[in-house]
Amino acid sequence: MSVEILSRLQFAFTVAFHYLFPPLSIGLGVVLVMMEGTWLVSKNPVFHNMARFWTKIFGLIFGLGVASGIVMEFQFGTNWATYSRFVGDIFGSALAAEGIFAFFLESGFLAVLLFGWDKVGPVMHFFSTCMVALGAHFSAVWIVVANSWQQTPAGSHLEIAGKIMPPGYALQPEDLGQARMVIDDFWAVVFNPSSMDRLSHTLMGGWSAAAFFVISVAAWYLLHKRHEQFAHYSLRFGIALALVASVLSLVTGHHSAVGVAKNQPPKLAAMEGLWESGPDAPLHLVGVVDEKSSRTTGIAVPGMLSVLIGGTSEHPVTGLNDIPLENRPPVNATFQLFHVMVAIGFSLIGLACWGCGLWAFGLLDKPENPLTRAFLLICVPAVLLPQIANQAGWFTAEIGRQPWIVWGYLRTSQGLSAVVREHQVLTSIIGFGFIYLLLFALFIFLLNRKIQHGPENREESSALPESWMKQSRA
Amino acid sequence: MTIDYNLLWFVLVGVLFAGYAILDGFDLGVGALLPLIKGDHDRRIFYNAIGPVWDGNEVWLVTGGGALFAAFPNVYATVFSGFYLAFMLLLFALIFRAVAIEFRSKEPWPWWRAMWDRGFFIGSTTASLLIGVAMGNIVWGVPLDERGEFAGTFLGLLNPYALAMGITTVALFMMHGSIYLAMKTDGDLQKRVRSWINPLIIAFIVLFSITSMATLLYVPRMTDALRANPWLFSVVVLMILAVANIPREIHHGRDWAAFLSSCATMLLLMALFGLGMFPNLVYSSPHPEYSLTAYNAASTEKTLRIMTIIAAIGVPIVLAYTASVYYIFRGKVKIGPDSY
Repeated sequence: MSVEILSRLQFAFTVAFHYLFPPLSIGLGVVLVMMEGTWLVSKNPVFHNMARFWTKIFGLIFGLGVASGIVMEFQFGTNWATYSRFVGDIFGSALAAEGIFAFFLESGFLAVLLFGWDKVGPVMHFFSTCMVALGAHFSAVWIVVANSWQQTPAGSHLEIAGKIMPPGYALQPEDLGQARMVIDDFWAVVFNPSSMDRLSHTLMGGWSAAAFFVISVAAWYLLHKRHEQFAHYSLRFGIALALVASVLSLVTGHHSAVGVAKNQPPKLAAMEGLWESGPDAPLHLVGVVDEKSSRTTGIAVPGMLSVLIGGTSEHPVTGLNDIPLENRPPVNATFQLFHVMVAIGFSLIGLACWGCGLWAFGLLDKPENPLTRAFLLICVPAVLLPQIANQAGWFTAEIGRQPWIVWGYLRTSQGLSAVVREHQVLTSIIGFGFIYLLLFALFIFLLNRKIQHGPENREESSALPESWMKQSRA
Repeated sequence: MTIDYNLLWFVLVGVLFAGYAILDGFDLGVGALLPLIKGDHDRRIFYNAIGPVWDGNEVWLVTGGGALFAAFPNVYATVFSGFYLAFMLLLFALIFRAVAIEFRSKEPWPWWRAMWDRGFFIGSTTASLLIGVAMGNIVWGVPLDERGEFAGTFLGLLNPYALAMGITTVALFMMHGSIYLAMKTDGDLQKRVRSWINPLIIAFIVLFSITSMATLLYVPRMTDALRANPWLFSVVVLMILAVANIPREIHHGRDWAAFLSSCATMLLLMALFGLGMFPNLVYSSPHPEYSLTAYNAASTEKTLRIMTIIAAIGVPIVLAYTASVYYIFRGKVKIGPDSY
């Protein structure tokens, strides 16, 4: 296998593994703020126990996010050195800002969140929880901004050996190493055409992941009649967040797709398997793309894609036939992954509405009711759905960006490290494969043990350190 | 007055990596010292001494890497792709170490804890050694081609000078870690920890003298700046005074002052390193004309200016809450229900 394929495989594998954790910590941050805030207001110890239990889970997830995240920071340099030289003037500042504004905030206050229960007062602890949640969201801001700039470069221009190149210049092999993108306007980079749509969609994916994780654990406790009071409240927090997150995922997802149609037509055409340009573009619900014969077969709603993108079936949409072969992404992969994400997105909305309905009719605590029982039984494995959707969504975004690493400027095949050899990448892939499989097995094992063990049932007297008791009595 | 942003970022990237060495240095050192004590309770004290802070310490490396990428992308690209296998090893070591701290005390089984203790020790020691080896190669100079790409081999990075620097770094981090532990422990454990400090200082001084001698003999350009500006020799004097002050403070029972002295030692060492290197970031040997410098490997001045604004806003906030966290978790370690 070539260095290109191996490097892409390694990046995809390491980032997919990493991306199991940050969405969960983004969403769980919100859950913790909700729980601890409720405890501060209500003073009911059950909320304190909930905050404690989910904080421990948060710590485990965060730890793996850090361990797998440090790899990402350096992999641009190790495997994509030419790309790093090309984008350093822009991409690097986003990474540095992520470190300064997000990671320090998260890790500093995480110490107080995890170990500070008896070191600081309740208000200070709640403040730390809020800061950790905020830090998690900030880290998403900067990394999504950086990635979005790769998708829709703005606020910058191309230079080769100091000479400004005209727009649309195609890089030649001899330009590599000399060529770089140069910043014109920092805010135009930050607010590039796709960054806000993609950021909001990514954050909602994180909220969904955490909401259905909390629901899954609570449903399992309820079905097994364990920690019922804890599960009762956790389930409600989960369902409330799930409804908000799943509906907003649809809204932000729609905005993102409209943006893709405008800024990256080949990607949208691949996502929808659309070959013929023109109005009345159909929307495929399911299907198979045959890239050889340039056809998509499946169930389609005529004209629907035009309506979704432009508001009317008259709206023209660009098809793949009008895009040169060398600028097309892998169509079937993009199409299938996108459709998996969308299908899961709609099921999550359905599931969240189902839960809200049970809640509204007072059935949520009656596992003997067949509707409630069915809901809880589905919710236990449903923890996997947002994870699959998040992965499928990122793969859609990144495979759909191909063959570009920086849209319209630098091809993925041009971004590799010039000095790294096949055997080196093979060695590191084997290393990462082995280590990550081990970590994943251990993570699942420890997570399962923690969930089986369940929350500590602290009475008020033992739950709260002396300094907190005084304040909560006052 | 015009600001030389390239010089400023040469210094700032240096400050970030110095911050990393000072902060993660002690928790890497704690990892390297772990096998010296037996018994689960004492070992847990070691883990919990760094428990609330190690994660934040590692962020200095991440931010330093980000700053290097942003300010000097050509250096970031050349060094990380050139030292490919060495950096992969460093990443594996840092991952193992992070999860060892995270997982170890989650289960009570002796084999489980012994396994992660080993992971923590090996990960910490390997990471310290590799950081030192990388520094050693940067001082020694690496072969670069006319495009500024690395033209050497992995085995070439393991030359005697770089290895000596690696071992010196391990000793430095162990010394630094033992002083940190003296602050965080009490009773018998503290007595034992304190008894390690002087031998570790001596080990560090011996190794440092050897590498310094080698630097003077074989890499004389590292002292050009000091020869040109004799007043800079005060940095050397201050560094030696800072090391010498450590046993004095320990003797008087002022562990925190000893720790600050140790931090000052590391900061001054980094300052000497920076003075010796400037303006080079990667010195090319045998073709010095291909060297990557703060001027030929940098981003545009506009980016450096933007980064300066980001740093001016961010760094004071970061320092404020880093100091708060250290203040909240001051004092001796107590094992509680939330401990590692």
